[in-house]
Amino acid sequence: MLGRIAARLAGAVFVLWAVASVTFCAVRLVPGDPAQAVLGGPGSQASPEALAVVRAEYGFDQPVLVQYFAQLGRLATGDLGQSYALNTAVGPLVLSQLGGTLLLAVLALALAWVFALALATWSTRGGKIASSVGSGLEIVAAALPHFWLATSLIVVFSIWLGVLPPISTDGVAGLVLPVLTLAVPLAGFLGQIMRESLLVALESPFVLSARARGESERGVRWIHALRHASLPAISLSGWAFGSLISGAVVVETIFARPGLGRTLLNAVTLRDVPVVIGVVMIVAVTYILMTLLTDIASRLVDPRLRLI
Amino acid sequence: MSDLEVQAELASRPGHAAPTRRFGAAETVAGILALFLVVSAVAPQFLAPGDPLAIDPLSAFQPPNGAHAFGTDESGRDLYTRVVHGTQYSLVIGVAATAIGLGLGVVLGTLAGMLGRVVDFTVNRFLEVLFAFPGLLLALLFIVIFGPGVATATIAVGLSTAPGYARIIRAQLITVRSAAFVEAATALGRSRWQILWRHILPNTLAPLFVLATLGIGQAIVWAATLSYLGLGAEPPTAEWGAMLSAGRTYITSAWWMSFFPGLFIVLTAVTATVLGRSIDRRMRHI
Repeated sequence: MLGRIAARLAGAVFVLWAVASVTFCAVRLVPGDPAQAVLGGPGSQASPEALAVVRAEYGFDQPVLVQYFAQLGRLATGDLGQSYALNTAVGPLVLSQLGGTLLLAVLALALAWVFALALATWSTRGGKIASSVGSGLEIVAAALPHFWLATSLIVVFSIWLGVLPPISTDGVAGLVLPVLTLAVPLAGFLGQIMRESLLVALESPFVLSARARGESERGVRWIHALRHASLPAISLSGWAFGSLISGAVVVETIFARPGLGRTLLNAVTLRDVPVVIGVVMIVAVTYILMTLLTDIASRLVDPRLRLI
Repeated sequence: MSDLEVQAELASRPGHAAPTRRFGAAETVAGILALFLVVSAVAPQFLAPGDPLAIDPLSAFQPPNGAHAFGTDESGRDLYTRVVHGTQYSLVIGVAATAIGLGLGVVLGTLAGMLGRVVDFTVNRFLEVLFAFPGLLLALLFIVIFGPGVATATIAVGLSTAPGYARIIRAQLITVRSAAFVEAATALGRSRWQILWRHILPNTLAPLFVLATLGIGQAIVWAATLSYLGLGAEPPTAEWGAMLSAGRTYITSAWWMSFFPGLFIVLTAVTATVLGRSIDRRMRHI
């Protein structure tokens, strides 16, 4: 297991290096003079002297390869450069936004699991109608775009009922709608996969033998079948985390919640390239860590995997 | 994993594979919806004779009523007409993005699946790197380079779905490559390219059709998301995401401006999912 984790970490370092290289090339592709971008875009009519100063400061006058290795060196020491638009260091900026987004993603993932478990256990027990209703709900939930779900929730809970704030505030109440927006579509995906594997598990010999041992229906379902059924959903959680981060771009924008997603969208709109790269790098790191975690979790739940 | 791979995985799960020949209720509804969407895209005048851009300031912000089934927007434009005419934009963007993603996916997947270990390894690592930009992140990176707009948003969505297609196609190719009929063709002395063209590719095309159907729903949602964020189509274009974006300003007073365009996005995505799965199931049981 340790060897496998080491191999995965080595793979992660490779992916990070490649992500850094891809983003470096991407920046070279941005049309226009980067020094101009620092000074407020082509409309700013910056003087040649000012441009020269910026070029020297940011190293834009160096050969491309020198810039590339300089950037890799800076990244390796955790320096993500300076934001063009905000004129602050990108690293601390991005890190300060990470917590809010992680909280949102983790809560949404947990809630989605609760929904999916409830729906899967209910719809596999309730006969044919429950099963059709369950699968219909899951398909619709999985198809809901975040931005539409968010606006609909705001209309119902903030404007019509007036029970929850439409803008994310510091308290718990402000978290409810953003988390719900992220959790419902994800629950649709997780629920589908969990219901299918629960059905398969309930038909399998180990459930029959548990029943023969006289275990209660509840025990069979919750201890034996669900453990088996949650495996594919656990391996989906790495993907789920990625799609939550991508969903956070929309959700944080709509609910005016500070976080990585909103920072990223603002940076994309302003074409603040260093911030975009900073966010993408942080997301890549968290995403890789998350897939590693789901890998470990699968091993903990599934004893068969520990043999390999 | 990518969104597409999750969709494909869900479509091929055994629980869905009840071998019935009859159309179920869900499939019938999805079929009718698909027909409605295609007619809206090809001949919107047939379903909504009005002009989607015609303004009528005197009847602005009307809630759904007899004259305006979906209500009107801030300039008095009829929302039903706009939503029906918007199908064209959304479907064209969705189909174009899927074509780009699928095209790139076929090229990368075929390279990886057919050209031996070194290429396979390289392509796989490359895909792994692309997967580190989950969901819309790759699309956002593309837009920051090439600027916002309908064309870049479409290409961006296509690009961000390509890795998912590539990986599924590669897996499919590897399965087909080891089939008995390929072995037979090899034994008969057919050349590598002949085998690829005449035996392997035709047998991966059918699953591609399923993938494309599932993918179009996804692409439409993503493209609408980009428009909503102000990076794709812009108001007053009658594109669904752009309409929702325009409705956001008036959310406290005119819920219908956001509700109906979004409803159509959801219906399209659900239709694509149900049809994709239905096609998949039928193909498996021929």
